[in-house]
Amino acid sequence: MQNNSAYGKNKYRNFLMLTAMAVLLVLFALISLKCGSYSTSVTELVKGIFGAADARINAVVQGVRLPRIYTAVICGAGLGVTGCVLQAILNNPLASASTLGISQGASFGAAFAIMVLGAGTAGLADSFLVSACAFLSSMLVSIIILALSKLRAIGPEAMVLAGVALSALFTGATTLLQYFASETELASFVFWTFGDLGSTTRSDIALISVVVAVFFVYFIFNRWTYNALDAGEHTAVSLGINVGKTRVINILACSFVSATIVSYIGLISFIGLCAPHIVRRLVGTNYVWLIPGSAFMGAVLMLGGDLVARTVISPVILPIGAITSFLGAPMFLYLLFKGGKKRA
Amino acid sequence: MLEVKNLSFAYSKNGRRILDGVSFHLEQGQFMAVLGNNGAGKSTLIKCIDRINPVTGGSVLIDGERVGAMQRRQLAQSVAYVPQNTQPAHTMVFDAVLLGRKPYIKWGVTAEDERIVAETLEMLNLKQLESRYLDELSGGELQKTMLARALVQQPKYLLLDEPTSSLDPNNQHEMLHVIRDIAQEKNIGVAIVIHDLNLAMRHCDRFLFIKDAKVFSFGGVETVTPETIETVYDLRVDIIEHKGIRVIVPY
Repeated sequence: MQNNSAYGKNKYRNFLMLTAMAVLLVLFALISLKCGSYSTSVTELVKGIFGAADARINAVVQGVRLPRIYTAVICGAGLGVTGCVLQAILNNPLASASTLGISQGASFGAAFAIMVLGAGTAGLADSFLVSACAFLSSMLVSIIILALSKLRAIGPEAMVLAGVALSALFTGATTLLQYFASETELASFVFWTFGDLGSTTRSDIALISVVVAVFFVYFIFNRWTYNALDAGEHTAVSLGINVGKTRVINILACSFVSATIVSYIGLISFIGLCAPHIVRRLVGTNYVWLIPGSAFMGAVLMLGGDLVARTVISPVILPIGAITSFLGAPMFLYLLFKGGKKRA
Repeated sequence: MLEVKNLSFAYSKNGRRILDGVSFHLEQGQFMAVLGNNGAGKSTLIKCIDRINPVTGGSVLIDGERVGAMQRRQLAQSVAYVPQNTQPAHTMVFDAVLLGRKPYIKWGVTAEDERIVAETLEMLNLKQLESRYLDELSGGELQKTMLARALVQQPKYLLLDEPTSSLDPNNQHEMLHVIRDIAQEKNIGVAIVIHDLNLAMRHCDRFLFIKDAKVFSFGGVETVTPETIETVYDLRVDIIEHKGIRVIVPY
């Protein structure tokens, strides 16, 4: 009934925006598939996805390039959507896994595994220990924040400030561990903090995919709850939402997704903050569009960042975490100031 | 019927009581003004009714059912609340009003939800604003949009916290006129926190005076007397008739 109205037109426009983001993502994926030291035609590479090219191409596509692209897409989407949800439930445009200290917690966990438990210097089991410690440590940060909020009945602003304080605490603890670490341990840890999309195994990718997919459905299901929270806490309560419970469940969900991603691919902190803000400029503040849009934009930023990291001084691959921040920050500032006070 | 029985509220366990033993009732279709000085507990009272503030004593019942025992979604289908201050976000008017359907939305918005929103916008003469953004609206348009959001909840009771405080006299009058007409047409009980006694006298049919956290008087227009106003507001007034309308004149 509303199809011909201004509202209907806006819906159609937002749908087109999401489609454009999806097309851009596919385009980046194809370019990413093409880029690398082994050069062949796109047709052969696409055939390689289905194992229909020659053995060498199949091996390059299925063993190296496709897992990297898939890791970038799924992790970028996960970080983008969790940033979007955290900004909604904490009613803070600066909220993200980094602001809440989740990334710094993961960093401390990885440092602890490498420097205290002696992991991460050789072998797959070692790398699992680093991921497990990073995951547990980042979850610990969010549990401490939630426990503090429960004990002292603090609001969302104080939760973000508690996250900032815990970030400082865990960064300090990580620095102390680094101070006493050997050169090998230090090198291993610094390499982990760079972020790496190329070291995930098939089982890692499967696990990350399941976690991101399950929680993505949960976040989509709650899109109108985030809209209500965006309208203010009192309005949200009057619309039938248990604000406290919603906040706890969603912080745990976002922490779980972010911790899973960061523990496998290292510190990539800017996407969770940047992607939702870019999408707000494109589709407005309605979470019906913001949630899928942030997932698409997160994936586009991660894949685009990886593309730059792999090609700018090829064959050297630059750290993805540095590239996403390096490219994302100016883009973010441009959009922020271009739009003036709107959608800030 | 909305019944408030012996309601008490304090921000902390041993803190000062903001509301102390408040009791009254409101029928569907009635239009009740909640009156009293600043800090008397008027806004707190309507927040307690909608479970925004947790009551520390007493109870609120809707058609005999305790509000505290109701599902939040169920309560939101019976009671709608319009806050005093709305921070206008960069949200389209249609989307902002559609949010009022939240208590009914399961997986997604239905054509029925969109129809109700379109009808309500039409009813409040907001149709031409549906694609504008909240942060582009005037104070009067914003308040009407918030009223529209509350109405699409299809409530039995509507709680309004000073909806006219930021409006000019013309818009204040129009806003209360609209609310009264809709309340009568849709059989909604309205409780409105308001400071302007003359506006209240002109539009409301029930009056709840709160003084020092307690109910000072409650009833029909006969309860609005110079004595009541002097005691509640510490203000001496006369009530005169002008062109058939009762007017409160301070002196």
